[in-house]
Amino acid sequence: MSDVALRLDVLKTYKLYVGGKFPRSESGRVYEVTDSKGQWLANAPLGTRKDTRDAVVAARAAVKGWSGTTAYNRGQVLYRVAEMLQGRREQFIAEVATAEGLGAKKAAALVDAAIDRWVWYAGWTDKVAQVAGNANPVAGPYFNLSTPEPTGVVGVLAPQAGHGFSFLGLVSVIAPVIATGNTVVVAAATDAPLPALSLGEVLATSDLPGGVVNVLSGRTADIAPTLASHQDVNGIDLTGAIQPDGPGAAAALEAAAAETLKRVLRPAADPAAADWTEAPGTKRLTSFLETKTVWHPMGI
Amino acid sequence: MTGHISVRHRNPGPLADRYARRYAGLVTMSTLAAHAPGAAASGLADVAASEASLRRFLHGLPGVDQVGLEARAATLGTRSIKTTAKAYAIDLAISMIDLTTLEGADTVGKVRSLCTKGRNPDPSDPTAPRVAAICVYPDMVATAKEALRGTDIQVASVATAFPAGRAALPVKLADTADAVAAGADEIDMVIDRGAFLSGRYLDVFNEITAVKEACRRPDGTSAHLKVIFETGELQTYDNVRRASWLAMLAGADFIKTSTGKVAVNATPPVTLLMLEAVRDFRAATGVQVGVKPAGGIKTTKDAMKYLVMVNETLGDDWLSPHWFRFGASSLLNDLLMQRQKLTTGRYSGPDYVTVD
Amino acid sequence: MAKNTKKTDEPVAQAPRGGLFEYAPAPESPAAAGDIATSYGHFIGGEFVDSSGSEALKTVNPATEQVLAEFAQGTGEDVDRAVAAARKAFADWSALPGSERAKYLFRIARIVQERSRELAVLESIDNGKPIRETRDFDVPMVAAWFFYYAGWADKLDYAGYGPNPKPVGVAAQVIPWNFPLMMLAWKIAPALATGNTVVLKPAETTPLTALRFAEICRQAGLPKGVVNIVTGDGRTGAALTAHPDVDKVAFTGSTPVGRSIARQLAGSRTRLSLELGGKAANIVFDDAPIDQAVEGIVNGIFFNQGHVCCAGSRLLVQESVQDEFLEALKRRMSTLRVGDPLDKNTDVGAINSSAQLARITELTDSGEAEGAERWSPSCDLPGTGYWFRPTLFTGVSQAHRIAREEIFGPVLSVLTFRTPAEAVEKANNTPYGLSAGIWTEKGSRILWTASRLKAGVVWANTFNKFDPASPFGGYKESGYGREGGRHGLEAYLDV
Repeated sequence: MSDVALRLDVLKTYKLYVGGKFPRSESGRVYEVTDSKGQWLANAPLGTRKDTRDAVVAARAAVKGWSGTTAYNRGQVLYRVAEMLQGRREQFIAEVATAEGLGAKKAAALVDAAIDRWVWYAGWTDKVAQVAGNANPVAGPYFNLSTPEPTGVVGVLAPQAGHGFSFLGLVSVIAPVIATGNTVVVAAATDAPLPALSLGEVLATSDLPGGVVNVLSGRTADIAPTLASHQDVNGIDLTGAIQPDGPGAAAALEAAAAETLKRVLRPAADPAAADWTEAPGTKRLTSFLETKTVWHPMGI
Repeated sequence: MTGHISVRHRNPGPLADRYARRYAGLVTMSTLAAHAPGAAASGLADVAASEASLRRFLHGLPGVDQVGLEARAATLGTRSIKTTAKAYAIDLAISMIDLTTLEGADTVGKVRSLCTKGRNPDPSDPTAPRVAAICVYPDMVATAKEALRGTDIQVASVATAFPAGRAALPVKLADTADAVAAGADEIDMVIDRGAFLSGRYLDVFNEITAVKEACRRPDGTSAHLKVIFETGELQTYDNVRRASWLAMLAGADFIKTSTGKVAVNATPPVTLLMLEAVRDFRAATGVQVGVKPAGGIKTTKDAMKYLVMVNETLGDDWLSPHWFRFGASSLLNDLLMQRQKLTTGRYSGPDYVTVD
Repeated sequence: MAKNTKKTDEPVAQAPRGGLFEYAPAPESPAAAGDIATSYGHFIGGEFVDSSGSEALKTVNPATEQVLAEFAQGTGEDVDRAVAAARKAFADWSALPGSERAKYLFRIARIVQERSRELAVLESIDNGKPIRETRDFDVPMVAAWFFYYAGWADKLDYAGYGPNPKPVGVAAQVIPWNFPLMMLAWKIAPALATGNTVVLKPAETTPLTALRFAEICRQAGLPKGVVNIVTGDGRTGAALTAHPDVDKVAFTGSTPVGRSIARQLAGSRTRLSLELGGKAANIVFDDAPIDQAVEGIVNGIFFNQGHVCCAGSRLLVQESVQDEFLEALKRRMSTLRVGDPLDKNTDVGAINSSAQLARITELTDSGEAEGAERWSPSCDLPGTGYWFRPTLFTGVSQAHRIAREEIFGPVLSVLTFRTPAEAVEKANNTPYGLSAGIWTEKGSRILWTASRLKAGVVWANTFNKFDPASPFGGYKESGYGREGGRHGLEAYLDV
């Protein structure tokens, strides 16, 4: 008989991340999250329409502060996220490995890539206006400047497939949107929500103001229509809209988004073929920007 | 067609309230009433009581956006004035001319010749109107007065060390009094741009009031005072608006753009701005002031643009030689050639108008 | 229709012009518009062709109500043919060196300049807008747009969209009636510069300049099928935007139609850019350059009879200056010359159609019914045609329909504010976000305000200025995508 007492692990209760806080779903319901082999990993909150609404309210409330902070400061915050992730690297490796059925080495490479992606976007915050803006030489005595501005509240359907989707993919769809000053309500991958819910914990300790990123777990097909039709959501990224039909299908969501002429980023033709380790480019960075052009006469 | 410059008073409008509201209570001593009778009632009475109050008033005037002002003037410049409207405008323009000779080489003969031209601009057509005034240097006033005897054409004299204005005040006043004594009906003074540009607004104000005083004749009447800003030297439209109000507050009967002796003389935008100033001044004080662009207006097409600006900014009340003048010389012949074209249907040429 | 508005017993302002200097008529000759055929087909594959259907529409001179010409109501089959022609032309056109595409566009720009008078007169006749505007604004802008994008055609590698950016393919373009030829240029010039081919549908009340432009394409020797023009009403437009072989849809028009196109394309791979309605606020602070602000407000709402998506239809004036400002505004409005669009001195022309006049009339009636105070200067309106007096509503609140809905006519709603924050809040309190105006002499306040306005174009101390180098387009329900400038390339590049 061993004299070392068996110690029972403390299991984590995963919660939503909304408005800088960690609420349970208002429904009080959870669903089972399993690894790629069907083994139970944890219970995740089953986010509802009302959770989605609350998240949009939180995201809207955060727009003024986040879009109004300097790009330099936003870069510092995004870099801080990378720092915090570095410290919790092992946890995310474990979560990614189980979520995507990968070995530790491959999972580690994806987590490292995700950390580096935060660093990449941290550096973009104060450059994107220089790349996407323009001084325009109009044919008259006017100063004319185009600058990109954040669209506002963006609904993001996190990727549900493709190499690295559960965390690197998640970071790849959130970071560019907030780098430019938008706030986000993200519907985590339905079957692999744990890295997203854990990311919420990292964000909460990374100087990111509450409400800038809001993480909902649950069935994307339930959450997405609420985001797509919400009149106070300005844009929607349909990356994770993989339902072939029904109200959660990309076409239906885009049609719902059309009612308020939301900016829509369509899903890839074949989401499963996505390789999230590929260099991201600027497409996602500029998809939720509005170009504002200001004219002023030049005279004495 | 021509007549004496008169001062017309209107009841102060809502704009007066605005200025009254903005500037009331700044100062206590009335300095204005004698010069601009309407001003006293409008709450503007005390703005010139001190350098500080005058500065605050002038710098409190609405700003002028250069690009917007110039765009408006350019748009008005695209008006197409044809047939009957053109005939009306040509005759009106002729009747508004201050036919001018301001040369060092002026002689009695030159001035007499110009007066003859002014009396009878188109010897081939007696229906051509007379000009409003003959504008000369002070030493030529008597000659001009004599040559114009029996007509209502005014004699205007430049004064106050024209065109530079760089002389001591007593010299300027003597210059003015001399011209008035010689029979000048109108005095075209220049402001001290140096004083204006260095912010000594009260000096400029006081000089105008002193010259206005020097315009008085022994019989109690006065020669009418046109105040020249030399807008080309004031550089900014804000300055032109301030100079306009400064001169009107000091009692100017007319405000005039230029001497014709510098690189930039009258332009449509600067004149438009002055038209807006006299419009606003009348709304504020009830006192109507005339406007005279001078220098650089050479063609009928130019003149039409100015008259369109008067028409659409001020309307009928200013569409007469009492309230609007052109300081010009070569303009007259171009107007006459255009007039002949309208009359005969043929294009005229320079040999068919007189060179004087 | 016209009679209805004329009967309206509106309060009459004292016009400053008393009539000493009345401008004699200075009409441009309608003959300068060139020959207008009695009926038109489409322009497909470089040829003028008949429609497969028999339905014809009529385009009317809105100033006289006279029929100018008949033109084809494009059928689904017509659209098929046009898209097929564009598809066929795409391979060669997109493979052409950019420098060669550029020269075609330069040619077009030059021919537009050469034929500017003809185009200006034709546009005025078909649309009802004043010749002064078509001559001094629309047509010069058309040439400028082609010149600007011509230069991009061989420089796309430097546009910031990566190396060797590819065209999208066949672009379906549907344009409105308010700036018929200019909207055509805004659409066709960037599309062609980037190597796309197009099928364009002009508005059903203003097809003539687009059909004339087809002639210009032929004069320029543009390869067949690169530009195709199909005429017709909304049915034709719907057939075109829904066409399965179209890669890109660009639409300028109303928000409801834009919304329906967005719905229609949901789930497809067809790209979409939309330039839709607006309800722009023109904010006048108490330190504004007042005369230029008045001018800007007038230009902002009465330019093109207010048929402008970015029109400054809401005047937000600071309460401390509202009385003097409105007095100045009314005085200026009283000098507007309303009437014959071909008269060179006309400032405000005819309303484009009886339907639009009915809409303006209905909305302004609602303004009165809801309690706003209506004012118009006195002016005589012609006996025939579609006319509407420049109109000002005071006492308007945010809740009034005339403060929320796009009137698209010469109607200005005046609201007031007390603080800069309130001005911004009211300005942004609309689902639209196309443009806005700011009038103040204080530079830092301009930048503060501009940064807070949810609008794609902010004019500070100016209004309704356009330039091919300057991106134009809206926030929110005013659409997405930008036209003009380097940004305008993106809508036609596969990036």
